[in-house]
Amino acid sequence: MSEWHESVQSIADGIRRRVLEHVLANNGGYMSQACSSAEMFAMLYGRVMRLGESIAPLEPRRFHGVPGPGIPFMTGGDYNGPKGPEYDRFIFSPAHYALVLYATLIEVGRLAESGLDHFNEDGSTVEMIGAEHSPGVETTTGSLGQALSQAGGIALARKLRGDTGKVWVMMSDGEFQEGQTWEAIEQIARFELDNLRVIVDANGQQCDGCVDEVETADPLTNRIRAFGASAIESNGHELDALDEAMTMDTGKPHFVIARTDPVRGLPLFGDRAPLLHYLRFTSPEERDQYRAAYEEMVS
Amino acid sequence: MEIVKRPHVQNFIDWSADKPEVVVLTADLTNSSEVGKWRDTYPDRFFPMKMAEQNMMGFAAGMAREGFHPWIHTFAVFIYRRPFDQMAMSIAYPNLPVRFVAFLPGITTPGGVTHQAIEDLSVMRATPNMTIVETGDATEVESVLDVAHAVDGPVYIRMLRGEVPRLFPKDEPMRLDQVRVLSEGDDVTVFTAGITTEEAMRATAPLAAAGVGMTHIHVSTHKPFNDPLILESIRRARHGVVTLENHTIIGGLGSAVAEVMAENAIGKRLIRLGLKDTYAHGASRQYLMKEYGLDAPALVRGIEELLGRRTGVSEADLEAVRIEAVHSLAKAEAL
Repeated sequence: MSEWHESVQSIADGIRRRVLEHVLANNGGYMSQACSSAEMFAMLYGRVMRLGESIAPLEPRRFHGVPGPGIPFMTGGDYNGPKGPEYDRFIFSPAHYALVLYATLIEVGRLAESGLDHFNEDGSTVEMIGAEHSPGVETTTGSLGQALSQAGGIALARKLRGDTGKVWVMMSDGEFQEGQTWEAIEQIARFELDNLRVIVDANGQQCDGCVDEVETADPLTNRIRAFGASAIESNGHELDALDEAMTMDTGKPHFVIARTDPVRGLPLFGDRAPLLHYLRFTSPEERDQYRAAYEEMVS
Repeated sequence: MEIVKRPHVQNFIDWSADKPEVVVLTADLTNSSEVGKWRDTYPDRFFPMKMAEQNMMGFAAGMAREGFHPWIHTFAVFIYRRPFDQMAMSIAYPNLPVRFVAFLPGITTPGGVTHQAIEDLSVMRATPNMTIVETGDATEVESVLDVAHAVDGPVYIRMLRGEVPRLFPKDEPMRLDQVRVLSEGDDVTVFTAGITTEEAMRATAPLAAAGVGMTHIHVSTHKPFNDPLILESIRRARHGVVTLENHTIIGGLGSAVAEVMAENAIGKRLIRLGLKDTYAHGASRQYLMKEYGLDAPALVRGIEELLGRRTGVSEADLEAVRIEAVHSLAKAEAL
């Protein structure tokens, strides 16, 4: 294992550990999202995205009001460093993955460890469903399927301006059920936005249970290609596979469909399948089981 | 009355010349939204988004975040109906400088229910951060560009196209949140906006001749709605207030005036003329204005109800209706 493998895997392990810790402390949370996407967030922040140092305070800011005329603009994007022509940008689509993103920011030193203490706390920016004031979040995308179009506009503007940095979008597979996603794919392909890269957590999970297998397996890459973009499937937990899939140059907007396991690193959670969208303990005994799994994880 | 053909076309081209941040996005209605020539003049700043309005909202948001000023040109219904969630979450919430040039307000189109924006003011007034303006003549079509450009946030423009009358002098441009007082009198106060202003103007002289004192206020800014002249004009109306709008009477101009009256404890009657909680259908503007009571005769009847007497003003007394041809070289298609 090379140095980068070790460092990225350690970020991924840290994400799972922090999210489980949080779920244990709060008797609930978006656990499967962390299990499935830990490696892709670790790859984004620890390996492939070109970001400057954070220009945001380590301790998360308090919420100071919604955007409006004359109100100073607050963006969680500044946790991802300054905007500059050479820097990459991160656009976060499934906003209910916020806990995973915050855990990632802590792992890479962009957010204080205590930041998660403010998760879902009244008056805090560390909201349960991240919005554009939340750490690491640049656009408001809790209404799913809206980020890709916004990222398309950003990528188009950056291309017009001659920026060399890329625009990275993290999406979930359920969002391919939204018509807007397909409108966006067609348009980013038509505009030849090869500065746009999308990584999709294909964990096969959505709120009501399993995403239809037909939607998420190989036909998804075929469908994206048919719309004119480039798409490749990858194992979402193998770092070399992700590295190759995420960094290849295709001359087109590029999608990586990362096939993931929603209980990766926490097999106990598999007993809940197919309802894995949200973890809440139903008894003290069950909580103890997860605490034991946590102890095993940290040891 | 001067009729100006397609005032937006060349005016918008000239206005954009020294504003490289201005880009235009359309959704397969480029000529119908009078920007075909703009596209040919500034091809590098023109982005055809095809029939995909939800995605268009997101692209506009992204470009606005990067410093551009996207001017979306399409029919009003395809801005506030189909992609409302995208418009609200991607653009209105972050207060981004996107301009919506919304054609075919109300019953200005024979395109029928699918093309007639009859509840756009209700929806957009309820959308935080949204500034809403409406053009009533060629001067306002020309000057609305500067008004929208100066706003720090999204702007929704009810736009006129094709053959547009010039009701206001060229040197009296639209100003944000400033009404125009078109006639003064102490019996009734009438509020109009957009195409209903021309209707009320037809009634001004006959009503004056019949001894009715009418204050006529033309509204070009629906939100904000704070011009002190609004309240002053309501206060002076001895018999009450009439609103005449090319829109449903729920949530638009009539509602805005009602809110001002209620909040200021003005105990006077208010008659709201417009579409009475109904959709319309495909027919000519003149036919629909008569059918739904948005025209000068409907206004006279409304005023008579407030006065409690007949004015003696007959339809024949009202100036000849200006007939706009459905098929006209001033429009890209008959819609």
